[in-house]
Amino acid sequence: MIKPYAEQAQSDVRMDVSMTVNGSLRTLRAEPRMTLLDALRDELALTGPKKSCDRGECGACTVHIEGRRVLSCMTLAAMHDGQGITTIEGLECDGQLHPVQEMFIEHDGFQCGFCTSGQIMSAVAMIEEAKEGWPSAATPDVTEPFTMSDLSKAEIRERMSGNLCRCSCYPNIVAAVAQVAGRR
Amino acid sequence: MHPFALSRPTDISAAIAAHARDAHLAFIAGGTDLIGLMKDGVTLPERLLDINRLPDLAQIEALPDGGLRIGALARMSEVAADPHVRSRFPVIVESLLFAASGQLRNMATIGGNIMQRTRCPYFRDEDNLPCNKRRPGSGCSARFGLNRNHAIFGWSDDCVATHPSDLAVALAALDANVLVRGPGGKRSIPFTEFHLLPGNTPERDNVLERGDLMVAIEVPQRIEGRASHYLKLRDRQSYEFALVSTAAAVVADRRRIGSARIALGGVANKPWRLTAAESALRGVSLDDTDALMTAIAASFTEARPLAHNAFKIELAQRVALRALETAGARA
Repeated sequence: MIKPYAEQAQSDVRMDVSMTVNGSLRTLRAEPRMTLLDALRDELALTGPKKSCDRGECGACTVHIEGRRVLSCMTLAAMHDGQGITTIEGLECDGQLHPVQEMFIEHDGFQCGFCTSGQIMSAVAMIEEAKEGWPSAATPDVTEPFTMSDLSKAEIRERMSGNLCRCSCYPNIVAAVAQVAGRR
Repeated sequence: MHPFALSRPTDISAAIAAHARDAHLAFIAGGTDLIGLMKDGVTLPERLLDINRLPDLAQIEALPDGGLRIGALARMSEVAADPHVRSRFPVIVESLLFAASGQLRNMATIGGNIMQRTRCPYFRDEDNLPCNKRRPGSGCSARFGLNRNHAIFGWSDDCVATHPSDLAVALAALDANVLVRGPGGKRSIPFTEFHLLPGNTPERDNVLERGDLMVAIEVPQRIEGRASHYLKLRDRQSYEFALVSTAAAVVADRRRIGSARIALGGVANKPWRLTAAESALRGVSLDDTDALMTAIAASFTEARPLAHNAFKIELAQRVALRALETAGARA
């Protein structure tokens, strides 16, 4: 019933979108209905972010917009003209893995691997949120300041609950994140 | 998704005028509800107007009198992290943090959270089953269908859906105001009058008209604010909508309740204030569990369960009691 992008026959509603993706300026012409996820995967060939549920339920499409973790399947590419996007492909630096990537290997934080890029992108930004003192639903008293020493495994589990792993690798994922965050 | 056009204006008057004259135009902000509705074919706007570039709609202001003004475009996570909101109204912070996931809270706005549509599975069904909220006059599949998650208060034969927002429950308990700008200028709507019960027009979730743009939420100074708590029960512990939730705020003198504010989520098509219970709670000791329970029960005489959700009547009273006791411990 709904036509694919290429078959759309109505007047051209496409928009020019320029985004700084993993540090490089990328420009594309996108239909408004193209999600950020589809733009990254199909237009910019960045297939790290995964299209799994496509409904904002699983977290496999997690990327960063201006440093904040978001679900790229639930937003439109054309709404992010002028913004900075980071995908898993942009995480390593000069051949050096990000500490979260290293710890996922160290702790065997994946089995099939399909959720892994989303898990890692989520964890990287989550640690920054915690450093900024953001509370979570696992925080006993939200009126008190939150510090990194409060980032227990229960906190990590709550803060990572937007990323599902159907292999159920959660204990290893939590261990990897906890080690990067300085918690053992 | 179906094809549509997108505009991204920076002028608020132009945005309001466009919405007022075009019945096939929808505002989009965080998009986390609207894009899901479009993917499922529930709503098919021909034009979207991205309001993210409109100026001055995302601030979080601590008002000098002790209240708050939260811009409609403020993100859930920003509001939940704000030090003033945390110290003045913990119930607001908790209602936000118990909703959605970290990623969604970075995207979803305060305005969109309050405007989000029901999670009734018949409303969102990809096969477009009968639903009066989605297609007026088509019938209600939940009335005699699977209705474990549905309403026990204020429903009609045309619709038994519940409102999914956690934040709305907290704002109802605090008697916040919704600031709206429309073609005729600005107006303020008391929060408890913002959402509508289904009656025979379940397609209308709230009182906004075409051309109306929510610009902010104002929370008046509340002496009960600091002693407040949001408690949410759900089928899984995180990243799930409420079965039943309660926002409670209380002011007490030597453990005796001076005033209490209680609203329930997951039980009606709007946040459900326990007005009768609030009256009955005045003067009751926070340490007298039986008396607290009796006072709360005063609001449940009008509860009407459906085939699969009678459990919510007892569950809601217990959740209200525990939320009240936790809020009371902060008094």
